[in-house]
Amino acid sequence: MLSRIAESLFWIGRYVERADGTARILDVHLERLNQLPSEEQRTVSANLLAVMGAAEESDDAAGPGLPQLLSRLAFDPARPNSICGSLAAARENARRARETVPAPVWESLNTTWNSVTTHRQDVVGTYRFCTWVMERTATVQGLADSTMSRDDSWQFLTLGRHLEQADMTARMLATSDEEAFRLSWANLLRCAGAYESFLRSRRAAFGDHYAMEFLLLDRLFPRSVVSALRQVEAALVALDPEYTRSGTMDQSRRIIGQARTFLEFHHTDDLVGELEEHLERVQAACAAASDAITAKYFSHAAGQAWIGEQV
Amino acid sequence: MADLFAGYPQAMQHSSAYDEMFTPDGALRADYAQVDQVLQSLSLTDVQARAETMARTFLDRGVTFDFAGDERAWPLDIVPRILAGAQWDHISAGVAQRVAALEAFLHDVYGRMEIVRDGVLPRSLITSSAHFHRQVHGFEAPRGVRIHVSGIDLVRDDAGTFRVLEDNVRVPSGVSYVLENRRAIAKGLPEAFTGSQIRSVEEYPRRLLSALRRTAPEGVDDPTVVVLTPGVYNSAYFEHTLLAGMMGVELVEGRDLICRGDRVYMRTTEGEQRVDVIYKRLDDEFLDPLQFRADSMLGVPGVVNAARAGQVTIANAVGNGVADDKLIYTYVPEIIRYYLGEDPIIPNVDTYRLQEPEAREEVMDRLDELVLKPVDGSGGKGLVIGPAATGEELRALRKKVLADPRGWIAQPVLQLSTVPTLAESSFAPRHVDLRPFAINDGEQVWVLPGGLTRVALQEGSLVVNSSQGGGSKDTWVVDQPGGSDRQASAAVPWSTRRRRRAQRVWPSAVHAAPPAAAAHDEQQQQAAPVQRSRPGLEEREGERRC
Repeated sequence: MLSRIAESLFWIGRYVERADGTARILDVHLERLNQLPSEEQRTVSANLLAVMGAAEESDDAAGPGLPQLLSRLAFDPARPNSICGSLAAARENARRARETVPAPVWESLNTTWNSVTTHRQDVVGTYRFCTWVMERTATVQGLADSTMSRDDSWQFLTLGRHLEQADMTARMLATSDEEAFRLSWANLLRCAGAYESFLRSRRAAFGDHYAMEFLLLDRLFPRSVVSALRQVEAALVALDPEYTRSGTMDQSRRIIGQARTFLEFHHTDDLVGELEEHLERVQAACAAASDAITAKYFSHAAGQAWIGEQV
Repeated sequence: MADLFAGYPQAMQHSSAYDEMFTPDGALRADYAQVDQVLQSLSLTDVQARAETMARTFLDRGVTFDFAGDERAWPLDIVPRILAGAQWDHISAGVAQRVAALEAFLHDVYGRMEIVRDGVLPRSLITSSAHFHRQVHGFEAPRGVRIHVSGIDLVRDDAGTFRVLEDNVRVPSGVSYVLENRRAIAKGLPEAFTGSQIRSVEEYPRRLLSALRRTAPEGVDDPTVVVLTPGVYNSAYFEHTLLAGMMGVELVEGRDLICRGDRVYMRTTEGEQRVDVIYKRLDDEFLDPLQFRADSMLGVPGVVNAARAGQVTIANAVGNGVADDKLIYTYVPEIIRYYLGEDPIIPNVDTYRLQEPEAREEVMDRLDELVLKPVDGSGGKGLVIGPAATGEELRALRKKVLADPRGWIAQPVLQLSTVPTLAESSFAPRHVDLRPFAINDGEQVWVLPGGLTRVALQEGSLVVNSSQGGGSKDTWVVDQPGGSDRQASAAVPWSTRRRRRAQRVWPSAVHAAPPAAAAHDEQQQQAAPVQRSRPGLEEREGERRC
């Protein structure tokens, strides 16, 4: 398939997942945040924005308030990290790949974008907005799942989706920092939609240590970091099933494989203490893999191959 | 129920235009009987709700056009425009004739120029056309096709006669809206479809792909076709995605293509892939910075040379613009007679050639009564309607025309025919034109039944371009039921659907499974010999035969 289209599909996958992940994080944190006194509210807002990569130089010492938080994470369409921005970017990419994306997928992305501005931008409106975004992204994923052939176009979409998923789960875990966020482990799990799955897997053994372990390492829960990385690997293999008995391998596969196996086979008694390093490594691996994928599959040989004389 | 047609006869009096639904004395024309019946049964709120749903659906499905940088829902009026089958066959023949003549003309223009030698057209007329491209002189088009796709604009005059307003043989657009309008109206006005024999438009993408594949360079068995778009900001981008999608081919931008050694490749995730046919949706000027505008970033350097070398087909061919030059348009009847030896089936609109001194003099005296058009414009660009222009505009126009008489033509102001259209709170007559689309695959010219009807939404306005507030109508070519129409008799008669009797292919163990389900299966009656030997099955068959 065309490199340009492949790139669009990869980014549709990423942006849809990003909108979903951001909505989940915002939904859970807003509940807690809204109850805090305004000073603490500012501190926690600043922490949350830092985790989501939306902190700004210009933020004053007191920290950004709730309105800034909502604008930067949810409603500002100019930011690629906000929900609106992600939905806009996903829709724009789908528009550019419209002849490849199945019509139902394009239409659900387009409809979502068309009604994105109809929401109230206060706290109550944001709750509804987050729920709506989770539903819409699930619709998009479901339609893609049931209408797309499992060819390269599907693999690129999946690749982007799970790469973003690993990154998003890492960010969710980063907000488990007790001192910075005061988020209970139950809410952390709810954030990832993992609460019930966790309870069933762990029975009586509750506690934040187990919750982190579940979101980071569980092999069966799809949104855990290890599972997401495993699916990234599967998509990379499907795209380039080259097999060599030893030696060189695709760069992105190596990066993801190393990150995944380290987590999977690492033994520790102090997961809580090590968590921050793990998360940093995972996010770095995701970024590096994204660059490697871009270099391998999407790079155009720098615009036109021949430039005429200027008139 | 309020009569939505109550004010119609009075509104019809405002102009001398031919109304396609009602005769001048207010009687309903027979072709519209069915639609009239349906519209009469609807209330205003109902009609408005339907119109709103159609617009909403267009917006959500991304059926939009670019209006000053804004994405707007494609404006579709709820009242379809109807053309009788026999009438259409006449139009269709006229369009095909015109395309055939223009093909021969282009072949000649970029070849031996026999038409000049024989004194039908002056050489200067051709060489002074802005779109006569010497870069493709002597170029032989594969299968002799240069006008793969054409959109020839027609209008109806006061008497209801169809006339050709202009030829579009470069990059005619709008066909995607024909396909989308039909889908939308099928949901918006389903009652009108019941019992009507409307010729289908669905065939278009298949016909187009087949014509593009047929005209691939010689020796290519399984040609790769691509649609070349200027990109997402082009006002017709929606059409490009729709056509590429419906043909199942890649939609490429200039930067996706690369020329090497007179061959064209596209950049894919699996390396470079050879391209054989390019359905080009950008202007010649931007196609190849090596030949035309060197500053174009939309094009593909070297693609024209590749086409000249016969390694890739560009559709429509480069240089076609000379055939839709509006001054050359005035000679098309002679062109038809010269190449085909036939009289034109559809007449032109009377046109003044401003290079001729007497004509120019007359036009200068009557500037405020005429329409003046630049010869190389399309989409209504640069056009001046005399009666609607200010004195200032007319003075400026006079100066421009006198400076460059070759660059302009003049035509009388035509009262385009009218069709009822939803305005505010009732149906009112609005002026329409018609753009039929034709595909030439080298063997025959096929004309899409109906084409695109554009409608001026303002009362009295004659400007139908969507970029200037025009709307559109679904256009139906309707055959009379039981009539002797070609289309109707050719249709396959309906029959009750039955299961085909085919040889059994599944192993017998699978068939033996649940008898209840098998009982539905007619095939069970003629069991294959293998099953005959199974006593259990034979018993069941015995029972069922009783």
